[in-house]
Amino acid sequence: MFRRKLLGLAAALTVAGTSVFAADMIKIGAIAPKTGPLAGGAVVTQWPNVQLWVEQVNARGGLNVDGKQMQIELIEYDDKTNPGEHIKLAQRLATQDKVDFVVAPYGTGFNIATAPIYGKFGYPMIAVSAITDKADELTERYSNLFFTLGTTTAFVDGVKEILIEQREAGTIGNEVAMVNVADAFGIELADRARELFGEAGFDIVYDKSYPLGTPDLSPVMKGAKDSGAKAFVAWSYPPDSFGLAEQAIIEDLDVNVYYSAVATSFPAFKGAYGNKINNVLGAGGTNVDDPVIAEYRDAHLAITGKVADYWASANTYAALQILEQAIEGAATLDRDVVTQFIKDNSFDTVMGSLSFENQVSNTFWSVGQWQDGVFRGVKGSNVDGAVSVRAKDGWSD
Amino acid sequence: MLDILVSGLLLSGTYALVAMGLNLQYGVARIMNLANGEVLVLGALASFWLYTTSQISPILTVILVIPISFIGNYLIYRFLLTPLVRRSKTQGALEVDSILATFGMSFIFIGIMVSIEGGFFFYKYLSEPIQILGSTTSLNRLVAFLIAVLIGAGLYLWLNLSRPGIAVRAVSVSTEASGLVGINVPRISALAFALGGTITAVGGALISTFITLDASIGVVFTLKALIIVIMGGVGEIRGAIVAAVILGIVETAVATLIDPGLTLASAYFIFILILLFRPQGLFGRRAV
Repeated sequence: MFRRKLLGLAAALTVAGTSVFAADMIKIGAIAPKTGPLAGGAVVTQWPNVQLWVEQVNARGGLNVDGKQMQIELIEYDDKTNPGEHIKLAQRLATQDKVDFVVAPYGTGFNIATAPIYGKFGYPMIAVSAITDKADELTERYSNLFFTLGTTTAFVDGVKEILIEQREAGTIGNEVAMVNVADAFGIELADRARELFGEAGFDIVYDKSYPLGTPDLSPVMKGAKDSGAKAFVAWSYPPDSFGLAEQAIIEDLDVNVYYSAVATSFPAFKGAYGNKINNVLGAGGTNVDDPVIAEYRDAHLAITGKVADYWASANTYAALQILEQAIEGAATLDRDVVTQFIKDNSFDTVMGSLSFENQVSNTFWSVGQWQDGVFRGVKGSNVDGAVSVRAKDGWSD
Repeated sequence: MLDILVSGLLLSGTYALVAMGLNLQYGVARIMNLANGEVLVLGALASFWLYTTSQISPILTVILVIPISFIGNYLIYRFLLTPLVRRSKTQGALEVDSILATFGMSFIFIGIMVSIEGGFFFYKYLSEPIQILGSTTSLNRLVAFLIAVLIGAGLYLWLNLSRPGIAVRAVSVSTEASGLVGINVPRISALAFALGGTITAVGGALISTFITLDASIGVVFTLKALIIVIMGGVGEIRGAIVAAVILGIVETAVATLIDPGLTLASAYFIFILILLFRPQGLFGRRAV
């Protein structure tokens, strides 16, 4: 009897509690992997930035929506790196949790797969971790979907430019060894690279793919080494970006250009290999000398306890800033109005001033390089502070 | 050629570490442990965590992991799986029950691991180049291989020469018959399960020195272990080792000579051949 009363009291309190706070809360939903193959990347790039943004916004009193200060209530789910699971959870966010806005998913495939469901409920999706050449086609189909991290072609182009420069400088010849992870991402990049490198007169003397999660990459690296090419390009994912670097060190791969794609920009990459990976090139980049970026990175470390990665972390935070400024600028929680506001305006973010042309932002880094302990942007689009590329010279400390 | 042999043998050491534990658990205790990969990753997490927080060498971690995982796996068998063993009337029923129970268990393990470390277990230990027969490889792989050989040989001798080892083999042949000759079947099964889990966890601690793992990657290892156990013959430690060597060498040969993209395909191709022509596995006994 007593227990029932207590329960009733608790229930009443909860109801009262929500009704008091509900008016001043804005609900934001975030679904991304915490388990499954993409979790390792999402816990570096996606989740800490969501946490950082929510804490910072709430610390300064919340979002100002038409004169009313609204604190953010974050509702987060693990999609287990499973698109079907993500779609179910997205439905739940919209219909049961009734969130006002969402953070776009993590991963190219996930952003594309969930665009219809988020679109159905009118949520603007400012996608970050999504790189595709089909951006125009997709944005035409989904008026709620925005892209901010660049295209497949831009990423291959960045590497191609470096290869051409290094060939002109005489550090490499025409031969390139290229490997890719055999999934949609790696295959798309490798296909594009075959075309673009070929046009630029390069000869891909070693061109192999390997399955995701290959336990032993030593045959791959031995093959690349035997090809004699002075340039090595890997369209890789974590954890194989780490595995390839490890094998390159073991085999003492003698190249002047070494590039591996995703996760090369992770602080852990340097954490494990120290100076051995000096002058390694990778996807992404950032300008740590930019005071805005420096301030962002300090806050990231202070609040999440983790060093921000040197690539999409800043873009992920910038996308959240865009959402924040669009909600405040539109002065409403009406999602269609906010979506339109994103299309029509430019936003002041850690990545500089961002705006969308046909729902695509063309401000991003495409290639970076580890230079004396910092991963600096060397190639990008509409970004300042690119440093010049250095040739790789051995793998010693 | 020597490159293939050396790399292939080292890779088979890894595979043997992955599969020997499951072989004991499935072959003797009759538990189709789908959380096998997660136990391996738990070992890896221990190694990563101790190394990154307190600079404890993974080799020392292995020694710590042995008693902890033995007790842990023993308790799992004793309290979670024994009720299933008791109530199942046939071996088929036990397999279905144990698959479901351990599948659920794997999610609990993943949850625990994610709460400790959600990202990659990223650290480097002994990743120094070393020359073997003119072929370059890394020291950490060699260490793992040597320990795998040690475990494999030790297990083989123990199973064939010691009294409890022979009891374990008897239980793997027939639970009913070994009960009739006075073997304490529940105790031997618990011992085999705990020993299997220990080998798997030790394997994980060693493998993590050269393969970057994360909390959710266990299922990859469970599948590999399953293939090796079925190929070698359930309950046959020799079979598991031979199957691991075949897989390691074939995968390396295919990756070197044909295409790294075909390693998985070649592994499954051999698996299918064995299922077709020797369904009881290389060293397995035909079911009577």
